[in-house]
Amino acid sequence: MRKVYHRIIRIAGNVITVEADGVAYNELAEVSGLRGVSLAQVIRLDGRRVSLQVFAGSRGIGTDDEVRFLGREMQVSGSDALLGRVFNGRGAARDNRPDVTSEMIDIGTPSVNPAKRVIPRHMIRTNIPMIDIFNTLVESQKLPIFSVAGEPYNELLSRIALQAQVDVIVLGGMGLKHDDYLTFKRTLDEHGALSRTVMFVHTASDPVVECLMVPDMCLAVAESFALKGKRVLCLLSDMTNFADALKEIAVTMEQIPATRGYPGDLYSQLAARYEKAVDFDGAGSITILAVTTMPGDDVTHPVPDNTGYITEGQFYLRNGRIEPFGSLSRLKQQVNGRTRPDHRAIMDAMIRLFADYRSTLEKQSMGFKMSAWDKKLLKYGARFEKEMMSLSVNISLEDGLDLGWKILADCFDRAEVGIKSDLLDRYWPEK
Amino acid sequence: MGFFMDDNTPVMEKVVAVNGNMITVEYTRRVMQNEVAFVRVGESRLKCEVIRVRGKYADLQVFESTNKMKVGDEVEFTGELLSVELGPGLLKQVYDGLQNPLNLLAEKSGFFLQRGVYLSALDREALWDFTPIAKPGDTVRAGDRLGSVPEGIITHYIMVPFAWRGQWKVKSVAASGRYNIDAVIAELENERGEVRKATMTQFWPVKIAISDYSEKLLPEETLVTQQRSIDTFFPVAVGGTFCTPGPFGAGKTVLQHAISQHARADVVVIAACGERAGEVVEILREYPELEDPRTGRSLLDRSIIICNTSSMPVAAREASVYTAVTLAEYYRQMGLDTLLLADSTSRWAQALREMSGRLEEIPGEEAFPAYLESLISGFYERAGVVRLRTGEKGSVTIGGAVSPAGGNFEEPVTQATLKVVGAFLGLSRERSDARRYPAIHPLDSWSKYKSLVDPAKLAMARDILRRGADVNQMMKVVGEEGTGIDDFIVYMKSEFLDYVFLQQNTFDPQDGASSAERQREMFDGVCRVLETPFGFADKEQARAFFLELRQLFLDRNYMAQGSEEYRRQQDLIDRKIIGSVKNA
Repeated sequence: MRKVYHRIIRIAGNVITVEADGVAYNELAEVSGLRGVSLAQVIRLDGRRVSLQVFAGSRGIGTDDEVRFLGREMQVSGSDALLGRVFNGRGAARDNRPDVTSEMIDIGTPSVNPAKRVIPRHMIRTNIPMIDIFNTLVESQKLPIFSVAGEPYNELLSRIALQAQVDVIVLGGMGLKHDDYLTFKRTLDEHGALSRTVMFVHTASDPVVECLMVPDMCLAVAESFALKGKRVLCLLSDMTNFADALKEIAVTMEQIPATRGYPGDLYSQLAARYEKAVDFDGAGSITILAVTTMPGDDVTHPVPDNTGYITEGQFYLRNGRIEPFGSLSRLKQQVNGRTRPDHRAIMDAMIRLFADYRSTLEKQSMGFKMSAWDKKLLKYGARFEKEMMSLSVNISLEDGLDLGWKILADCFDRAEVGIKSDLLDRYWPEK
Repeated sequence: MGFFMDDNTPVMEKVVAVNGNMITVEYTRRVMQNEVAFVRVGESRLKCEVIRVRGKYADLQVFESTNKMKVGDEVEFTGELLSVELGPGLLKQVYDGLQNPLNLLAEKSGFFLQRGVYLSALDREALWDFTPIAKPGDTVRAGDRLGSVPEGIITHYIMVPFAWRGQWKVKSVAASGRYNIDAVIAELENERGEVRKATMTQFWPVKIAISDYSEKLLPEETLVTQQRSIDTFFPVAVGGTFCTPGPFGAGKTVLQHAISQHARADVVVIAACGERAGEVVEILREYPELEDPRTGRSLLDRSIIICNTSSMPVAAREASVYTAVTLAEYYRQMGLDTLLLADSTSRWAQALREMSGRLEEIPGEEAFPAYLESLISGFYERAGVVRLRTGEKGSVTIGGAVSPAGGNFEEPVTQATLKVVGAFLGLSRERSDARRYPAIHPLDSWSKYKSLVDPAKLAMARDILRRGADVNQMMKVVGEEGTGIDDFIVYMKSEFLDYVFLQQNTFDPQDGASSAERQREMFDGVCRVLETPFGFADKEQARAFFLELRQLFLDRNYMAQGSEEYRRQQDLIDRKIIGSVKNA
């Protein structure tokens, strides 16, 4: 029987310190008191002093509460019985069905050997032109959606999830609004996708620390499915809440903050999660789509900034549309050379012209006379926004490329679009 | 091993505290700063390094996850500094930051990087064709050549270990023949009568520069990278240093990959430091397929990849850049030109910041440690052209990507780097948003090295770029109709220069790499347009002309130099230009 400790010598924030022997780093413990039993995890050892973060929060914990070390780390089931189920941030069932305790696996496993990865090769079709044509999503990519509160990012997530041809969807909610959780659930259910979905949901009303475990649990589950050869799509919403929970613990532990109160290891912490996206050499894959809300629409805020350096691109969601500037899929080069010969040329030319359109808009707003060229750009920009950028557009990649040529030909002359002549000869629509 | 302490019998000490990847150990015998130790956690031995000593406690950074570690776990000090093994067989290897071969590791432990598994960096079985150079009776010093083995396309010299100080007399040398790396290939005796056996390999501590050369020279020769905006506008010198800071998505990694593929270097060491694993995978999978046009061999044959990606342990990230530069210096000692590309030095700096935070040091700007600047300059100072004692020249060129927080170049890592490098290739968000790649900013960047082209013409082209940007700014205020036709033509010329010369399509086999000769020819062609006084009736005519001319040049960029279609295109261009020259 494991020893029980009764002397809690420090309670600060959601971290408690107890004197104990033979405790391992990252080990779990149960803290029992008046408010019931809560899980806690060891986050620092200093001689006999053991500091633990308490998942349910420290409120109501007494100095003589019982701390029982469990001799193991946080684990989650990796079995197929998870499909169709919903769990909370501690991995317990939240759908009034029994807990799943078979095939338990550790969370936060070591990183994948780069030599066992393969180059991502498969495009994920979303039928959203701003993604398929301009920033192609690729299987095993890790990609955040940068946006501000109020944007339809969760709708975008579920639309991509339903469109994508994947075997398993793992959804992680961190500080998710209860309404959003229900909407996710209903959308997946309506499209018959719930039976291939596993959800770990921490809602805004749950204790903050519980949100810390959600990405690790989701990714451990995703990994176990991927190792069985499944193609897994992992959706995480919202990683900014996860980072804020990290910040809270770091400040409690009196770590020196790096920028805006966030700990210096924020980059490594986020990378440890995002880097779980993988295409295994000889097994399945994990694709990660995550929401990162930008406080104050500021992309230089530490959370989006560090995220951008880790992920393979990002989608900017603004005013209900995916912005062409700043949005980027780093892996698009892996697939868009093999879709259609004109894919890259259309992608580059349309964005370049759209950039010119934006500067013409500026000129126009300052009241300058519009030259003939400016007028062409204005016509082009309006059509691009309406026919390409709007999220209501739902067309295949090939139809989208044809539409691109049509818009270009309707607005410009051949020499004005900056595309190689052999492609122009082949694709430029005759009027 | 064992060059730094005479007595290296292991001593067992005990862990007293664990805080993330930092542990505190109570020691009873001599410990050394940066000494390597191993912690026993269950069955595994985890590598760590002393980073601070206070009273009877030593703080160590652990190069692995500290999961399951307990107070009281045993620590074994080695008496060694953190070292890498040098010898034939380094080329083509993929290592983690501590020189663990990742391919072998994958064979041994499968998909995941199990902690505490350390494998030999070099193949101990492979046989090498050894040819002796030194003769019995010769007097040699550290770094002198004892013999050579062919390693792919290069001649790999087996040298007197750099750590063997003083004069040595060669007692015997192995005859020509095939040996493995552990075979004794020479016996040397020093003045004190101590006899040592030299094999083909040696260890060297990564944080100390190899300095067995006669002098350091000024880097003067341009390193041809085949990237036009670099070689022509912001050149890098052989043995020089450069940095490529840029916000995320500006194309740092694509640019580094292009340089690593096309740069004229004998050995390229790529340090993927704290960045995405996917980018390394591209190198791992594609370089064996890509041909190095200079040698006709695969690109991997001249490469060493050090890969400590962002999710691998942080402390090893710090070690990885030093491992990389040590390997580059080793090949430099053979009279080779080596190029080290580190992506990204900011992640290395962040690793320092994480440890500094755990050590509770007084933080400097943005919580980076106060010694950040001296570490960064110490790293870049390991670049250079040297004259070896044999009279040959060898070089290490260092290029570091920097990932400034928020894309703001005012932050400490970028600023510390700018102080020490010879060329600054600043990547701009504005250019990458407009898909103007490579996004090297033509006005903000600078270089202290010599360009491929005539400096007077270069100054003229720069002037056009600057004036063009001014006109563009002005047009935003006064509008196009308020701009004079002459100013407008300057603007069109600067845009033309940008489109057909500065911008380069990395993914096109022709446009992606421009030889020195082609760059000179292209630049002359572009300068001719820049210098020609054109006469246009109005701005619309000018715009139409430049757009058409741009198209002609762009198409030519995708054609092989000297081909029939290339010549025909040149004729079209000539006629186009002559048709619009202003009548005097």
